[in-house]
Amino acid sequence: MSAVMNGNAGPIEFQARQARRVSEFKWQDTVFHRVTLLFALIVLAALAGILIALAVEARPAFGQFGMAFLWSSVWNAPEENFGALSAIYGTVVTSFIALVIAVPVSFGIALFLTETCPAWMRRPLGTAIELLAGVPSIIYGIWGLFVFAPLFAKHVQPHLQAVLGGVPGIGRWFAGPPIGVGILTAGLVLSLMVIPFVASVMRDVFETVPPQLKESAYGIGCTTWEVVTCVVLPYTRVGVIGGIMLGLGRALGETMAVTFVIGNANRIVGSLFAPGTSIASTLANEFGEASPGLYISALFALGLILFVITFIVLAISRWLIRRGNAKRGTQ
Amino acid sequence: MNLYSRRVLTNRIGVGLSMAAMLFGLLALLWILWTLIYNGFSALNWDFFTRDTPAPGSEGGGLRNAIVGSLLIVGVTSAVSTPVGILAGVYLAEFGGRSRFAAATRFVTDIMLSAPSIVVGLFVYALAVVTCGGFSGWAGSLALSLIAIPVVVRTTENMLLLVPGSLREAAFAVGAPHWQVSLKVTLPAVKAGVVTGILLAIARITGETAPLLFTALNNQFFSIDMSQPMGNLPVVIFQFAMSPYDNWVSLAWGGALLIALMVLTINVLARVLFRKRSSE
Amino acid sequence: MSDLPQTVDENILAVRDLSFYYGDFRGLSNVSLDIAKSKVTAFIGPSGCGKSTLLRTFNRMYDLYPGQRAEGQVLFHGRNLLDRKQDVNLVRAKIGMVFQKPTPFPMSIYENIAFGVRLYERLSKSEMDLRVEWALRKAALWEETRNKLQQSGLSLSGGQQQRLCIARTIAVKPEIVLLDEPTSALDPLSTAKIEELINELKSDYTIAIVTHNMQQAARISDYTAFMYVGELIEFGRTNEVFVKPRCQQTEDYITGRFG
Repeated sequence: MSAVMNGNAGPIEFQARQARRVSEFKWQDTVFHRVTLLFALIVLAALAGILIALAVEARPAFGQFGMAFLWSSVWNAPEENFGALSAIYGTVVTSFIALVIAVPVSFGIALFLTETCPAWMRRPLGTAIELLAGVPSIIYGIWGLFVFAPLFAKHVQPHLQAVLGGVPGIGRWFAGPPIGVGILTAGLVLSLMVIPFVASVMRDVFETVPPQLKESAYGIGCTTWEVVTCVVLPYTRVGVIGGIMLGLGRALGETMAVTFVIGNANRIVGSLFAPGTSIASTLANEFGEASPGLYISALFALGLILFVITFIVLAISRWLIRRGNAKRGTQ
Repeated sequence: MNLYSRRVLTNRIGVGLSMAAMLFGLLALLWILWTLIYNGFSALNWDFFTRDTPAPGSEGGGLRNAIVGSLLIVGVTSAVSTPVGILAGVYLAEFGGRSRFAAATRFVTDIMLSAPSIVVGLFVYALAVVTCGGFSGWAGSLALSLIAIPVVVRTTENMLLLVPGSLREAAFAVGAPHWQVSLKVTLPAVKAGVVTGILLAIARITGETAPLLFTALNNQFFSIDMSQPMGNLPVVIFQFAMSPYDNWVSLAWGGALLIALMVLTINVLARVLFRKRSSE
Repeated sequence: MSDLPQTVDENILAVRDLSFYYGDFRGLSNVSLDIAKSKVTAFIGPSGCGKSTLLRTFNRMYDLYPGQRAEGQVLFHGRNLLDRKQDVNLVRAKIGMVFQKPTPFPMSIYENIAFGVRLYERLSKSEMDLRVEWALRKAALWEETRNKLQQSGLSLSGGQQQRLCIARTIAVKPEIVLLDEPTSALDPLSTAKIEELINELKSDYTIAIVTHNMQQAARISDYTAFMYVGELIEFGRTNEVFVKPRCQQTEDYITGRFG
């Protein structure tokens, strides 16, 4: 009893070897902590580095043209007069077209995979969609240029023009020669690229709906369609929007799928059939041949604009998806 | 039409459209694969793998320099991003907790996962190409690493968070120091998941074109010198597909098929591996 | 000292005025008791009564979680284990722990045991072989595993895995073995084997076991502590606690009237 009771003599002492091991472990753990911290810091520094590098390189261009760079559509390399508007226009319009098509299709795929698909097909079909997301964008580009664009020019564009060309207001969107490549084609190829991303996220958030919730809706006689539109969608609204924003982020920054088929003409024409350009495709086409100085700087400025736009879109998307998933934790 | 039959009809249309959407996705995958095989398969001959990219206007040729260049660049990238990504992931899971620094790092990796890859190319151009005297294979690997690392970081952290608390506790309970608990017990416990993450990262960078355009650039000749501009499949495909020469276009199709096969194989491999190991 | 529950045997661990906090929530309030050397002490009580929490202070497991802290004293060889300066790795090498669910490390059966031994001892290959065999024999697992020592520890059945965890714990030759509901995830047959094992191990080790199962506590322990909402309600020789409990709450619990 007495041996146990004098409790103020400090830590236990063990054999010398054990004590030595303990001090070894101490500094090893310190090194381990520091080393892993260093690598985490590298990752954090990379993003900050990207922002800083782009901003530094873009300064001459913004210094020369000021904020007017954002809304000038002139892009004249020989005269060193640059504006970002055409590229921003192409980027935004192609991404918008991509989303208009991708959102309903992705919703359909997610609905099918979570609600109506027979159990044995669920995994292979889900995997197929994920594989589609893994196909490199250059494949979409080369396919779009050689296969899709000619077919589109020959079989679809003339009909679109015939049917919609005369409609007041939107008719001019379909004006001009049907040459295949152009803003509309780029948007369509882009939509194909974005669908797997959006569909995967939507499927994942649909699966967070508690089964009891869906079962109660089925229990009062709802049809599948009603369960999805009245229970699943409202429940997962936040996450679904997050998934769409993720797709938007991808579409805005996509380079190769767009570069092949957008036509690469740095101007704004009202028609969707006309060739155009996007920020990413301008960079891909011109950066390699640009002369140092104002030209390069203007391209960096484009990159900075693209990065800031996608950064905002992706940040919102992440926030929404997290919020959507957090719901599951509280159930 | 009464209310009930209208509801049933709406449901039929909705479900029918969702099936159509699924079918559309599948057909797109098949269509793209079929075009690749149809156009690319004939290019995959002996010359394709043994001869270098042809000069403009000359006959024949192959993609040997580009294939070797791609393998080198991707190999170096994997060798760099695997340890960096895993250690950063271990930090987030083991020490990060709810600290501000960890939250910021997680946020950054999430953004980097989907950030435009061409911007990463711009960054590496400004960072390495301008300051280190020109385009090089190293610069290409650096650019691809910035894309691969976030994938590895996030999978590593997510996998480590799945380790049952009792396994971690059990490792601490025999008196092991933190680094041994991490590197010898928890990390091996999720090896399959982490390897899957690395494979997915490799699949992702294998087809990346945009970041290589102004970092590794291209090289018409065979070279294994990483400090020089280096030929690589994606950039060659881009250049050749846009060219007016028939043999170039045909080589571009062959290259596209090769890349697609590699990426799909790695993807399938990763999934099979993960499923097998996690069902054990 | 008169109000302290006394044991007649030599003590190895003395708990004095121990309180435990999860953040602001108080999980244990002023617990004091002695753990007798080379005996089995069982902790019983309804879920959430703090019995596992108490066990986890003995090897400072709570250190892994920020926000958890203990106040008071846990005396071991005259030193307070809760002392901030006390190195926790050494404590854990001296006071081993086995968990509710089997937790084999993702390595071979042999390595599962050698891992802990290698941390504090440098043994030759043949010495290590002997130690692994010794530990597996002690845990009554040798006959089943002697021909597959290089197989993964995860390839064993649940009951075997739990015995592997016990072997792993005693291989480092601790003085105390803490068992946190070691049989609650096992079938009756495996449970019987583990209980038999505990009975054999107590000649060499001091054992503290948390259990939901009162029959188990009655069968295998020498001392029993009954806990309720973070307090130690009753502590004494097992046969006295079960046959003639001093507190009404204890009697209600062991006769199945609540809990």
